[in-house]
Amino acid sequence: MNLVAVFVENKPGQTARITKILAEAGVNICWVTIAHSGSFGVMKFLVDNLDLAVQQLKGKGLMVSLLEVVAVEVTDKPGALQAVAECLGRHDVNLGNCSGFVANNRAILILEVQELAQARQVLEAEGLRLLTPAEMLRL
Amino acid sequence: MFWDQESETLARSLLEPLQLARLQETVRRVAARVPFYQRKFAESDLQADAIRSLADVRRLPFTTSDDLRAHYPNGLLAVSAEEPVRLHTSSGTTGKPKALLFSRNDLHCAAELVARSLVMTGVTHRDVFQNMMSYGLFTGGLMMHYGAEKVGCLVIPSGPGTSERQLMLMQDFRTTATHILPSYALYFAGFLEQRGIDSRRDLAWRKAFIGAEPYTEETRRKIEEALGLEVFNSYGLTEMNGPGVAFECRERCGMHLWEDNFLLEIIDPQTGEPLPEGERGELVLTTLRREAMPILRYRTRDITRILPGPCPCGRTHRRLDRIMGRSDDMLIVRGVNIFPQQIERVLMAHPQVGRNYVIQLEGLDDLTLEVELAATGFDGEVEHVASLQHQLTEKLKAELWVRPKVNLVPAGSLPVCDGKARRVIDRRSM
Repeated sequence: MNLVAVFVENKPGQTARITKILAEAGVNICWVTIAHSGSFGVMKFLVDNLDLAVQQLKGKGLMVSLLEVVAVEVTDKPGALQAVAECLGRHDVNLGNCSGFVANNRAILILEVQELAQARQVLEAEGLRLLTPAEMLRL
Repeated sequence: MFWDQESETLARSLLEPLQLARLQETVRRVAARVPFYQRKFAESDLQADAIRSLADVRRLPFTTSDDLRAHYPNGLLAVSAEEPVRLHTSSGTTGKPKALLFSRNDLHCAAELVARSLVMTGVTHRDVFQNMMSYGLFTGGLMMHYGAEKVGCLVIPSGPGTSERQLMLMQDFRTTATHILPSYALYFAGFLEQRGIDSRRDLAWRKAFIGAEPYTEETRRKIEEALGLEVFNSYGLTEMNGPGVAFECRERCGMHLWEDNFLLEIIDPQTGEPLPEGERGELVLTTLRREAMPILRYRTRDITRILPGPCPCGRTHRRLDRIMGRSDDMLIVRGVNIFPQQIERVLMAHPQVGRNYVIQLEGLDDLTLEVELAATGFDGEVEHVASLQHQLTEKLKAELWVRPKVNLVPAGSLPVCDGKARRVIDRRSM
């Protein structure tokens, strides 16, 4: 599953500028994170129309990169995140940026890892369900 | 290989007295014959016999490019106007150029220095030397031509002709060495590639002497790789004969400046005071053998340094480092002299950095760099950009001795600077 990552300068109005581009193109944002590091930041979006989002953002001169992530559904109960973390740790998969949320009683983790294929394999072997982009958009 | 082994390897203990004798002679001649220097000497109450050691050179007045322009066309002649046999001019994009007049012996000396320079790189009388530089008022064509002829090369004065004709001459006469603009060399590499010609396999071309426009070491490497050549850096300026003032030997580590013909100083461009050997500053040159138009302490505006230590090639003439910029571009930040080229060199060594950057001086004395990422320099990870920012900051600190603030900005977000456009914005409140 791909996210679109946008490089931005960390100054007022930048988030509005980027989300306006997506809004005007009719692109729906399903999930977003914004990370900053001093003078700049990176916004990451999961959107309903990835190609259109990339085309529109690039067309406005923005620096855009695609970022492949794993979305995994866990049960919404204590210890669920721990189970995922332990499974990955056991197989030597290092977690990068992660976020999680609960929507409609479903708990979703979005994981950035270097070893994507291995992460998918070990999570599925653990009996966890990986979500496709289409499933993410229907949450 | 040497052209003039005795002069080229003359012990410093003999070279320096020779320089002093030639400097004294030069000073006596301009004091007797050139009104401009007579006036300058009178202003600083200097007698023609005041130069007793090489260190006394600092008592002499500087000559600037404005002085040369002000005395156009022949105001600085130390001989009668009938004496010179050649005129060259230095490109003036606006107004009058600088006119340089040469006597027969001046041309002989200039050709000798070019001959030394070429032989120093391995050129012999068996070489076929295609001179692709412009002939005419520009020194690059004719001065190199006479030097190569002196060595005994077959000289092809092709000048800046069409690529088809250059190639035909190269193929038919088996050209081995060229004098060529670096930008044209890169263009020519593409031209050959389009025609399916592999320079290594199909041509006898093995050496190139590049110059007459600024270029980076990376450009030199690109030319070498694309064409299978050994490329030599050189330094010259019309005011000092043009090509052949300083040249790389086969070690290719600095350019030997022919000190029996030119007295070299490195000065602080702000104060005019000499700098210790090895420090970067403005190159100042005095002609030691010129008859027609001797020049004292010419402010070249070029920033370089003397490379310390002897060269394995055995030549005793000291070596200049690459020209790293023009003194007019120098910035002073927190008391430290900084050249934009230093910053550029650090930035351009990183493939994730784009071509465009702006140097900002703000507040009391803060150096801020706005640096564009390369179009491919963003992989979606904020950490990678942060790490690049950190690396750039540390490398710049090590190079400049001042810690800059580095702001990485998106590709294409800075105003486009082409060529000489100013990249420096000074808003300091000092």
